[in-house]
Amino acid sequence: MTQVDYLAPTTPEDAARALLAGGPASRPLAGGTDLLVQLRSGRMAKGLIVDLKHVPGAIGVRREGGGFVIGAATPGIALGEDDALVKAWPGVVEAANLIGSTQVQGRASMGGNLCNASPAADSVPALVAARAICIVVGPGGRREVPAERIAKGPGETSLEPGEFVLEFRLPPRPARASDAYLRSIPRTEMDIAVVGAGVCLALDGAGVIVDARVALGAVAPTVVAPDAAAAAIVGSTLDEAALERLGAAAQAACRPISDKRGTVEFRTRIAGVLARRAAVIAYQRAKA
Amino acid sequence: MTRRRHVTTTVNGDPAEFLCEPGTTLLDAIRDELGLTGSKEGCGSGDCGACSIMLDGRLVCSCLVLAVEAEGRRIETIEGMAEGGELHPLQRKFLEHGALQCGFCTPGLLVAAKALLETNPDPSESETRYWLAGNLCRCTGYDKVIRAVLDAAAELRQARIPA
Repeated sequence: MTQVDYLAPTTPEDAARALLAGGPASRPLAGGTDLLVQLRSGRMAKGLIVDLKHVPGAIGVRREGGGFVIGAATPGIALGEDDALVKAWPGVVEAANLIGSTQVQGRASMGGNLCNASPAADSVPALVAARAICIVVGPGGRREVPAERIAKGPGETSLEPGEFVLEFRLPPRPARASDAYLRSIPRTEMDIAVVGAGVCLALDGAGVIVDARVALGAVAPTVVAPDAAAAAIVGSTLDEAALERLGAAAQAACRPISDKRGTVEFRTRIAGVLARRAAVIAYQRAKA
Repeated sequence: MTRRRHVTTTVNGDPAEFLCEPGTTLLDAIRDELGLTGSKEGCGSGDCGACSIMLDGRLVCSCLVLAVEAEGRRIETIEGMAEGGELHPLQRKFLEHGALQCGFCTPGLLVAAKALLETNPDPSESETRYWLAGNLCRCTGYDKVIRAVLDAAAELRQARIPA
């Protein structure tokens, strides 16, 4: 029998207070697809579960200021059902929708994916490439944190006691801009990324890349977004020379581990390949 | 010891209530408190889909939901699938195609397949296989399951055409 307690606060202030009062053993609950597994395995044997799903804003997608605001606890399947979001941010949505099965998609959220802080989290490279801003709520009020600053290492976040991620803000999309996410797994479905690559880019009228951001997952303790990889393709029309520079810059940013899913050499090599392929897809989408 | 919670919910269209510990999964509450043992626990970690249910119209693994989260929400389980004594076309097609052997995964597969056909009445084989990728079956090799689902989908589409 587990010794946990449960609260479902209905305001962000109450949620922050509950998380703070619960101390280090308190955990926010979004979709629960990681937390309930930890509960069952005994990794969370006691403490307070604070369900964030009743906090206004935690679930749902809305347009605001020309961009999108996504509730951090919104289930993946709901992201895929939002046609406008899919059209504007296909890479973010495809990354979130790669997490787990249909059943898991009914619950799993990008907020949970980010704050679980797995280096292999699928939605995080896409969010980082998209320059997503997290609205972090805590006892001291609200602050805005870029998505890449949340995870500090495997299972570890920069959130202070009582803080949680309430929303993601995706910036307004210029014309001729898009994104893509690809991952490598040994099977076709239901697996953890051996490498993930998110690319977000914008073109001018002539098809020249004027802005880019490349983020890689599962090749370092946290997602990395090497400036050199973005710089490798900015100013180009994604010709072969630019793609080669991109692949090399992506590989140079890798600091992976070897484990049962992939060696250092394999992950490094695949990171270059996936960065190139994701860039090609994002470029085609941006031109379309 | 934490206090047991009282949860009021709707199960297969009927009001239901139960008591549970805050850390109890919805699957355990459905099986042990409500006595609906059709939903199975295969893995307890969201990998096998044997505990699939509908929660407010969304397909979920009930082992990954806390029972207390069901407060005020709508639960549908395999027990609500047949209407009276009449099997749902999916259930009938599973029998006709021999889409089960030990049957442990069957309730979850049926609930997941029904959710698919409600979203997409005419799924391709590939769409069906991807949709059901979260339902593991160690007996059938899946082929008969897929054929049964596609056959049921065809029958349901026929039934929708007005005479």
